[in-house]
Amino acid sequence: MTPGRRRFIKTGLAGSVLLSTAGWLNAAGARPLSDAEREMLGAIAAALLAGVLPNDEAPRRRLLALTVDGIAATVAGFPLATQREIGELFGLLVIAPGRLALTGIGRPWREARGVEVSEFLQSWRTSRLRLLQSAYAALHDLTFGAWYARPDSWEAIAYPGPPRGMF
Amino acid sequence: MHDPIKHGLTTGWRHIDASTLAESQTVEADVVVVGTGAGGGVTADILSDAGLRVVLVEEGPLRSSSDFKMREAVAYPELYQESAARKTADKAINILQGRCVGGSTTVNWTSSFRTPDAVLAFWRQRFGLGQLSSPVLDPWFARMEKALSIHDWEMPPNANNRVLANGGEKLGIEVGLIKRNVKGCWNLGYCGMGCPTNAKQSMLLTTLPAALNRGAILYTRLRAERLRFSGGRVTTLDCQALQADGIHPAGRRVQLRARHFVIAGGAIGSPALLLRSGVPDPRRLLGKRTFLHPVVISAALLPTRVDAFAGAPQSIYTDHFLHQAPIDGALGFKIETAPLHPVLYATTLQGFGEAHRKLMGEFANANVLLALLRDGFHPESHGGRVRLGGDGLPVLDYPLDDVFWEGARRALLAMAEIQFAGGARWVAPVHETVVGYTSWAEAKKGIAALPLKPFLCRVVSAHVMGGCGMADSAQRGVVDHRGRHFWLDNLSVHDGSVFPTSLGVNPQLSIYGLTARNASLLAAELAGRPLPVL
Repeated sequence: MTPGRRRFIKTGLAGSVLLSTAGWLNAAGARPLSDAEREMLGAIAAALLAGVLPNDEAPRRRLLALTVDGIAATVAGFPLATQREIGELFGLLVIAPGRLALTGIGRPWREARGVEVSEFLQSWRTSRLRLLQSAYAALHDLTFGAWYARPDSWEAIAYPGPPRGMF
Repeated sequence: MHDPIKHGLTTGWRHIDASTLAESQTVEADVVVVGTGAGGGVTADILSDAGLRVVLVEEGPLRSSSDFKMREAVAYPELYQESAARKTADKAINILQGRCVGGSTTVNWTSSFRTPDAVLAFWRQRFGLGQLSSPVLDPWFARMEKALSIHDWEMPPNANNRVLANGGEKLGIEVGLIKRNVKGCWNLGYCGMGCPTNAKQSMLLTTLPAALNRGAILYTRLRAERLRFSGGRVTTLDCQALQADGIHPAGRRVQLRARHFVIAGGAIGSPALLLRSGVPDPRRLLGKRTFLHPVVISAALLPTRVDAFAGAPQSIYTDHFLHQAPIDGALGFKIETAPLHPVLYATTLQGFGEAHRKLMGEFANANVLLALLRDGFHPESHGGRVRLGGDGLPVLDYPLDDVFWEGARRALLAMAEIQFAGGARWVAPVHETVVGYTSWAEAKKGIAALPLKPFLCRVVSAHVMGGCGMADSAQRGVVDHRGRHFWLDNLSVHDGSVFPTSLGVNPQLSIYGLTARNASLLAAELAGRPLPVL
């Protein structure tokens, strides 16, 4: 086991405990995403969508913003209890101690390197802690759902879209 | 395209969108029906036909063909429970369930099977349900098959279903054709987003318009909150109006009084309503034995385009693996296909980054098989439990145990073998550690060694059953064979929650047939109308 991996298991465990007791963060219930949450989701979406996102800065930024909008819209359609749970996860990930404990990433999200983000996602994905696995699954489903819901993502997968002009 | 629902509304149908109510109200009826899916729709049709005044309560919105745009981004939030992301409490199982007028019948893939004889025999032996034999139920199934145009699908199966047909044929595994409840189907493949051509004979287009034409009242965006009862009878259903978003309470309330109450909110909603109401349940049976037909998934790539988004979603199945052991032995499974649309496929597929992009890049060549495990028969297959969360809304616990995983492994093996035999060049169980196999020999070895655990292996469900199980006595059931509650005289349950086990088949026709019988018995009692001659 690499030192990095060992460290993560420890921090992951601490983070998982933190996550399971994070109810206070969202005591007020559902709410719109904060700028910090948008930044965090942008960094995570960039890692999940690596290979699909264009490299050019301007379109890349625009598409990430659209993806985060899509995530926000999806979350807003969930029952309030689910919105609260997701709010707890997001709320913890944007405060520095929460980010460090849960992901092992020491710098702010806007400075995080893609490889760091991918590493923490990969470790959540196969974590022994179900809470982290479910958090990974939520980020995975929200991000890919938001991306492939947009018709401009369909050409790359040779999906012609729903039949048109027949009605 | 003519929209029969929008048209019906112009002819004076009594539809009340509770999100628009200016004030709270109280309404009297003969019968209140909670839910407008397979159970609620058939019930409302039969009771209104007997001259009874019916009020229907639906939590979701009224949407119809002119709203059905074949777009996942629109359909999932509008038409499904929890935007098609409903999950078990531990988040390990994703559940697809409708939440709109017509319930799951508005968004299902039209597959129609009668309740198998072996299942009815098991219910007779274990739950004393001798009244529900095939000779008794067959005429009711036949009646609903006729009413909903359930028949053999005459078009050739799409390429996605052909993989199952071809693979089965190569391996000597018997496959069958799936009957579908469609009339003039265009073979588009978007059943899961609401039928845009009004071909699917869902409750939205059949029983509900019939009831509305007879003056039934349909409330939408109205959540059934609590039954009030005294002296062994239900007196009132208290309901809460929701805002147009279907999430937040609107502040208005609706009180419904009636002679009889029929609960048909699906196998998560119905037990939850009864639990919230605190109906008598001395044996603590409510919400227990909830079954899901938990599904494991196998993806494959073919050398040519499959276009699994186009054409009737499910037209071929095999029950071969339901018959390898006794019904209460090691879990059997039914294999079917799933239609693929970008969001559904991308969110279900494992992995991220470049690996995910590569798989998505071959979307058009992808085939997917589903194995639906038949839960609730093996002595250790107890299913899940519906309980109430802090906000009073349902939470489902469904532990995935060794009995399940043993069957899941056999299912992943069976699907991979069929896919390779059906021409696949690459097969991958939907599992976080799998990168895919290029031959059956490789898959056989790999799947045998896979760690099968929640989250690592994707598990989904589209069939929720049980939780208000039928039996011959209150010792082992919530309702009797007619769906009548054992403790409250004027309370019935008419939906998939009454099944004491899962079915091993897609449930819609089982709900239609049983409900047609039970609603007719109820109509005879309440309206003095004789049972129809079948």
